Amino acid sequence: MNAAAGATPGVRFHAGTPIKIAILAMGGQGGGVLADWVVDMAEHAGWWAQTTSVPGVAQRTGATVYYVELLPEGAVQAAGRPPALAMMPTPGDVDVVLAAELMEGGRAIQRGFVTPERTTLITSSHRSYAVAEKAAHGNGIADSNAVLEAGSEAARRFICLDLQAMAEEAGSVISASLFGALAGSEAIPFVRDDFEQTVRRAGLGVEASLGAFASAFEAARAAPHAPPRLESERSTPEVPLQASHPRVQALLDDLRQNFPQQAQSMMVAGLRRTLAFQDLRYAQEYMEHMHALRDLDARFGGAPKHWALTVAAARYVAVAMAYDDVIRVADLKTRGSRFERVREETRAESAQIVYATEYMHPRLEEVCGAMPARLGRAIENSAFMQRMLSPLFRKGRYVKSGSLRGFLLLYCLAGMRRFRRGTLRHQVEQRSLRQWLEQIYDTVHHDYDLAVELVNCRRLVKGYSDTHERGASKYQRLGLAASHLLGQPDAAAQLKALREAALADSKGEKLDQMMAQALSSAST
Amino acid sequence: MAERSFKKEVQQLRIGAGQEFRGEGILAVTKGLLQSGVGYVAGYQGSPISHLMDVLADAQDILEELDVHFEASASEATAAATLAASVMYPIRGAVTWKSTVGTNVASDALANLASGGVTGGALIVVGEDYGEGSSIMQERTHAFAMKSQIWLLDPRPNLESMVKAVEDGFQLSEASNTPVMLQLRIRSCHVHGRFIARDNRRPAMTLSQALAQPVRDTSRIVLPPASFLHEHEKVESRWPAAVDYIRSNGLNEVFDGDEQSLGLILQGGLYNGVIRALQLLGLADTFGNSRIPLYVMNVTYPVVDEEIRDFCRNRKAVLLLEEGQPDYIAQNLHSILRQAGSDTTLHGKDMLPMAGEYTTAVMRDGIQKFLAAHAPALLQRVAEAPAPPNLRETVVARDKGDAPPPSVVPRKPPEMVAASLAGVVPPRPPGFCTGCPERPVFAALTLAQEKLGEHHIACDIGCHLFSILPPFNLGATTMGYGLGASSAAAFNVPSSKRPISIMGDGGFWHNGLASGIGNAVFNKYDGVIIIVDNYYSAATGGQDILSSRASNRHRSTNNPIETAVRGVGVKWVRTLDRTYDVAKARNTIEEALTTAEKGPKVIIAQSECMLNRQRREKPLFRQAVKGGKRVVRQRFGVDPDVCSGDHACIRLSGCPSLTIKDSGDPLKEDPIAYVDNTCVGCGNCGEVADAAVLCPSFYRADVIHNPSRWDQWKAGMRRRVIGYLQARRQAQLNEYAL
Repeated sequence: MNAAAGATPGVRFHAGTPIKIAILAMGGQGGGVLADWVVDMAEHAGWWAQTTSVPGVAQRTGATVYYVELLPEGAVQAAGRPPALAMMPTPGDVDVVLAAELMEGGRAIQRGFVTPERTTLITSSHRSYAVAEKAAHGNGIADSNAVLEAGSEAARRFICLDLQAMAEEAGSVISASLFGALAGSEAIPFVRDDFEQTVRRAGLGVEASLGAFASAFEAARAAPHAPPRLESERSTPEVPLQASHPRVQALLDDLRQNFPQQAQSMMVAGLRRTLAFQDLRYAQEYMEHMHALRDLDARFGGAPKHWALTVAAARYVAVAMAYDDVIRVADLKTRGSRFERVREETRAESAQIVYATEYMHPRLEEVCGAMPARLGRAIENSAFMQRMLSPLFRKGRYVKSGSLRGFLLLYCLAGMRRFRRGTLRHQVEQRSLRQWLEQIYDTVHHDYDLAVELVNCRRLVKGYSDTHERGASKYQRLGLAASHLLGQPDAAAQLKALREAALADSKGEKLDQMMAQALSSAST
Repeated sequence: MAERSFKKEVQQLRIGAGQEFRGEGILAVTKGLLQSGVGYVAGYQGSPISHLMDVLADAQDILEELDVHFEASASEATAAATLAASVMYPIRGAVTWKSTVGTNVASDALANLASGGVTGGALIVVGEDYGEGSSIMQERTHAFAMKSQIWLLDPRPNLESMVKAVEDGFQLSEASNTPVMLQLRIRSCHVHGRFIARDNRRPAMTLSQALAQPVRDTSRIVLPPASFLHEHEKVESRWPAAVDYIRSNGLNEVFDGDEQSLGLILQGGLYNGVIRALQLLGLADTFGNSRIPLYVMNVTYPVVDEEIRDFCRNRKAVLLLEEGQPDYIAQNLHSILRQAGSDTTLHGKDMLPMAGEYTTAVMRDGIQKFLAAHAPALLQRVAEAPAPPNLRETVVARDKGDAPPPSVVPRKPPEMVAASLAGVVPPRPPGFCTGCPERPVFAALTLAQEKLGEHHIACDIGCHLFSILPPFNLGATTMGYGLGASSAAAFNVPSSKRPISIMGDGGFWHNGLASGIGNAVFNKYDGVIIIVDNYYSAATGGQDILSSRASNRHRSTNNPIETAVRGVGVKWVRTLDRTYDVAKARNTIEEALTTAEKGPKVIIAQSECMLNRQRREKPLFRQAVKGGKRVVRQRFGVDPDVCSGDHACIRLSGCPSLTIKDSGDPLKEDPIAYVDNTCVGCGNCGEVADAAVLCPSFYRADVIHNPSRWDQWKAGMRRRVIGYLQARRQAQLNEYAL
């Protein structure tokens, strides 16, 4: 900048504008290592380099910023005095932003570090979810595409790659692949060899780091000018033409011929679930329920509404029928495919042996549920039996599913499927299902949209033990609300708002609060 | 063993005159201490000077070679009192801590030290934890300097100036018999830079020489009548001596510019930011050449009246850049200029914010306001400066002159793009690390409260304070390091619910033993005190303390907290030696809250800090695997088809490795829990699922590396039986598959 002096001879400006690099990372991601690498590389290439950071408590998984400025040594010599480099990035004055996670890239944009004239934004596209996103009762995941769009708007050049995956593949960490992407972006005037020599000088895990560096380098060079949107649509199962057994084929043909296109895919998932959960007859029952609902849908104007009722019911009838009981859990835990998955997830090599220990904690309620209905209810209703038996279930059971004893225990439990229809739990679930279907039936006569919302309320019933009870209690409250709201012009919208409120906290305090409001206005 | 090792870096402390030092700010300060012939160093860790303590600990051998004594003090009060060695003897001493919290703790000793004055140079290096990244209340150390009359240095943030400030500090201290504080801002502590070193010097007099020939002088002791004389001495002799020294040695700097009618006065620590701000306005270059003259206060207390008068003379207006509030320096300058009858206009916090960090952008805007009021023509150059476009537009619009029009940006303005992300980018505060042993303690506390109702919880300072954040949301107050128990002292009254307080092992030894536990015993306090013992002062970087389990060549460790607690008279003590046993921890807390026994109920929850444990164990594990030994690696997992996506487990954990992912199941809308590969197998999630009766999705996987023959034989047998049964069931499923 301003190499020529102004009118007054007192002060002469010298040429030399530093390169400014901000690194946004979470504590533990090695942002400091990356900053040190950049400094080391620059100093070896004859540059003046400064880095600063604010480690503090942010190093404990919090978000933090490292900042680097680089200036050619020649400029310093020409000026005859050391530079006064800035200690922190200034919005609008940053050349390169490196973000070690997608939302941290978003944070850089939010803080104004990314500007269209200047900034090359390099961010990893992987997500490391914040506590707020993970702890949500429903789906709290932030919208990645919002960051991708903002990045394309805000940056001069925007490189967005899954640098975490590249690092992991090479057995290294993300600082190495970020360094590679920086090299590949050619945003700063150093050649690949400068970068690689730096990694070698650091001397720790050199080969793995260079592997991650190389793949990120190539990927960054080949990166498109603006990263494509992430496909957030969930894939739905295809509707097959053939089934393995003629009687399943009959169900499939029924599905293909008698149900609207929109519902078919979800119904395939429903059929699969009910088949695996119980047996062919159970799947036939599922189809019967669906037939009834489809007819209802047709009668009350479903066709112009894209068969919303049938589509929603296709999912939730299956979920309601295939409830989570001890038999199902034991079945899922003992499958061969599950044993394979555990090996894969632990990344065990072929020579290694893997055993899983299951953390089970059945309560007396679950055990009674798995008993013949009469026996189970008798125990539940007897204070004496409760007192006698509950101490047995106070502690969890850690079952080694890879040992013969543990496996056989779970395998036999899973084999109890054939007695399932006689269990107490099945009775309870069947009654709940019936009541729900009846309420849908009653509601759709008056308010189609409200009936659809009522179907969706089933989303709240999930989990086990206390969690399941809390969810079921919220679901019951919503059912009650639906019957009170019936007849109101915006009943569906109100129920939807209540359903969202039910996801705000565990106990349903917000739901109660909003319900009190909604119902008091409904009664006036 | 501290989190970060400086064993390699400290070798630079040995370099001699003329050699170039390159490295981090705190390392340079250490070198400055050695070049000054310091006789002893002490301090207490805490960001941003934790690393200074770690550097000193790692440099113990080098210090010993030079006859320099180093102590890791029990607290900042201890560190400050250590400087008493410089009262009677011409020995230079330096102490260090995090400010302002550490200065608060040290203030009693500091006031006594400052009253009597010093013979040997006494330097207090304070790491100012202010602004971005800070973890404490936003206050100024400046107030302490003023109230006790301790000189305050705030050097320009480059290594050369910082090292010079160390050397100047000792000399100033000796010239004026007054302790000196060297204030280092958070970024200066960690700045990487360079300077030309000088030789290290041995102390002129060693501590053992002093002990051999003790000296006493009652006029230096704070006791009437000497204490009254001290106050007069401070203003009549020490202050003028200090001013003389500062002036004659040019500790403050003037950088001339060609706009003689204006000037900027700034704290040294702000210098680099001010230069960048001027550069963004087109009024300076990268090397500090500025059109506007600058007066840089490397000494921010005392203010040198003559220098201020000289700088302001013949200037129309001056802008003071003073970070933090109250605006002590501004008040001082106004008084100086008024007394001098100066008609120079002094601006400061009228053009800059009263509170908050003075970032480059904030100072740029303040200087721009100042220039717009006094020399708008100067702002013409803004258009040529590398400033953000929104700034250019406003300036160009106001000048309405011949400046070129702003460049047309065909995209959304940056502010709008940034705004589009509001509500998208989630906040990411710090939290417990993966496998942290404190997490299960708070999970247990949550479960106990679910049963017994919400209680008043008093928190402390340390990693455990993350309990106040989601997902735990536990804790009502935090009053200071080691003050967890004390801050619930008022609640020593009969009630249906007992108060709970939390304290870390670091805080316990810092002062909690006396101020919290001793106080509770003495006052027959009936509440519950949970002491989280993770074997280190973990939040400050894993330094050893009295109860640490490591053997440390220079310190005495392995002194159990339980012994200390019983020693001061606590009767009800429960030690949990594995915090991950959530059910046991919950039961113990419930027992403490409900027992009929009177007096403080102390629970010591101990497990090693996972960060440190992994650092210790990982290399050993790798070595064992390489060496062909049979070892078992554990980690946790979630069965995706069993998990229902409720996330109750996450709400009781918050572990970074316990995360979520798409279920891959069209019937499940919500993401399911998932344990990623950073899991260290601590067991918390499984134990929580068990204790809270959550769900059967969790499993622990034991991966046997280098299995023995017996392992292989057993595995083979099991595979045959299990494989047969699995195939049988799969065949049944396949029959009706779709």
